[in-house]
Amino acid sequence: MVELRSSSSEMDLDRPNIEEYLTTDSIQESPKKLHLRDLLDISPTLTEATGAIVDDSFTRCFKSNPPEPWNWNVYLFPLWCLGVIIRYGILFPLRVAILTAGWLVFFAAFIPVHFLLTAHNKWRRKIERKLVEMICSVFVASWTGVVKYHGPRPSMRPQQVFVANHTSMIDFIILEQMTAFAVIMQKHPGWVGFIQKTILEGVGCIWFNRTESKDREVVARKLREHIHGADNNPLLIFPEGTCVNNHYTVMFKKGAFELGCAVCPVAIKYNKIFVDAFWNSKKQSFTMHLFHLMTSWAVVCDVWYLEPQYIRPGETPIEFAERVRDMISVRAGLKKVPWDGYLKYFRPSPKLTERKQQIFAESVLQRLEEK
Amino acid sequence: MGNTSSMLTQYDIEEVQEHCNHAFSQQEIVSLYHRFCQLDRSGGGFISADEFLSVPEFAVNPLSQRLLRMLDGLNFKEFVAFLSAFSSRTTLQQKIEFIFRVYDLDGNGKVSCNDVLSVLRDLTGSFMSEQQRQKVLNHVLEEVGYTKDSSLVLSDFIKILGNSDLKMEVEVPID
Repeated sequence: MVELRSSSSEMDLDRPNIEEYLTTDSIQESPKKLHLRDLLDISPTLTEATGAIVDDSFTRCFKSNPPEPWNWNVYLFPLWCLGVIIRYGILFPLRVAILTAGWLVFFAAFIPVHFLLTAHNKWRRKIERKLVEMICSVFVASWTGVVKYHGPRPSMRPQQVFVANHTSMIDFIILEQMTAFAVIMQKHPGWVGFIQKTILEGVGCIWFNRTESKDREVVARKLREHIHGADNNPLLIFPEGTCVNNHYTVMFKKGAFELGCAVCPVAIKYNKIFVDAFWNSKKQSFTMHLFHLMTSWAVVCDVWYLEPQYIRPGETPIEFAERVRDMISVRAGLKKVPWDGYLKYFRPSPKLTERKQQIFAESVLQRLEEK
Repeated sequence: MGNTSSMLTQYDIEEVQEHCNHAFSQQEIVSLYHRFCQLDRSGGGFISADEFLSVPEFAVNPLSQRLLRMLDGLNFKEFVAFLSAFSSRTTLQQKIEFIFRVYDLDGNGKVSCNDVLSVLRDLTGSFMSEQQRQKVLNHVLEEVGYTKDSSLVLSDFIKILGNSDLKMEVEVPID
């Protein structure tokens, strides 16, 4: 039985599952006799299409908000200039220095530990974990992160998985500085990829490529193995699968919710007073994103560790995922949209169009009967 | 009208307003311009089919492929003119003209039975057989005295749809 369930979850782990959210409210009222006028009147469909062209909830999720200028008068302008000089001329070099020093210390400790302490696995892992937490604190310090953590700090226990809303890769850094989570993440190119491969694998992180279906199966398997190990770092998943601008939440992938273990929601809300922490990965490299953060006054955010949730009897993984998404959205003040974040990379499945066609066809046929 | 700058002068806005018969207010045009630039990711001054399809709510629409043939390669002025059929200030007749144009893709001023069938095909996909579609069309045509060989012109459309309450309005969000 367990085998059976696991193989099906492997298949569906990352499949867009919006079909299950669609309502059938577009079904016509009571059937009336069909006239030529009804057949020719395609205005509802046209209005829907045009509405989407003019404004759509999906694009809104990934819109970065430009900073509000406040240098608009004679007294504020010199102050603003002074701010620019301090931010770029003093804060930024200082932060680069901190970051460099952090990395030097990190590598000086990490390399010997990683290669010499191979006999003492337990010790090695413990030290590596501490080191990763340390370097993440250095990162947070490099943008003067003002992070308020609410709720109990996560501890290492088997059979639990943490899920959080996702705004930027810095979510991971902010959570990691408190607890060395093992995270499931998209493979990145460049120096981020290098860090992923060399260092973060030490804390049990799992990488995958969202376009490779083979990767997804491997991830699903690794995930289950990881959950059951008592000595593993707590697992962190960003079930949205993509960065959203911290005003909305897109649909959660159900993979994290069908593992049969406790799901601990984490809500992260950024305060946009100094800088927008949303990483628009299509427009900006991660290095530029970091530069942006490091030249701002501060990154202010709130992190809430919410109460662990269990799947209720009779609840499907999707309903469970929605319930958890509700909790996170309410806590962080985010709006929910019924879209799959992967639509950034893929076209929506034809099933959605088919559903609309089916509803229309059925209503036409039904009305034809009414003679 | 440069596309690189996100500023429209009053002249630009008035020109666009002129072009769409004042279907949109100046503010609405500014909003639409921001939206246009947002969708035109490549910055080419027009929105490609691929860029339109990146809006999932549009991509799942059964008529999206048909509309794309009308939308493909439109510059901002033409884009606004396209949308003007959905403004609350547009007359019913103009809205019906727009619907007529959706049917009459080849633009010969006549909508044949085949045109109607192909829209019906878009709308029903595999959930109706070709025979069923034929049957439905014949049925409703007969009722008003047309045959399947007759073709409809714009005035027929106005006659047929003129006294129904078309709800074809899209609100432009202003921020």
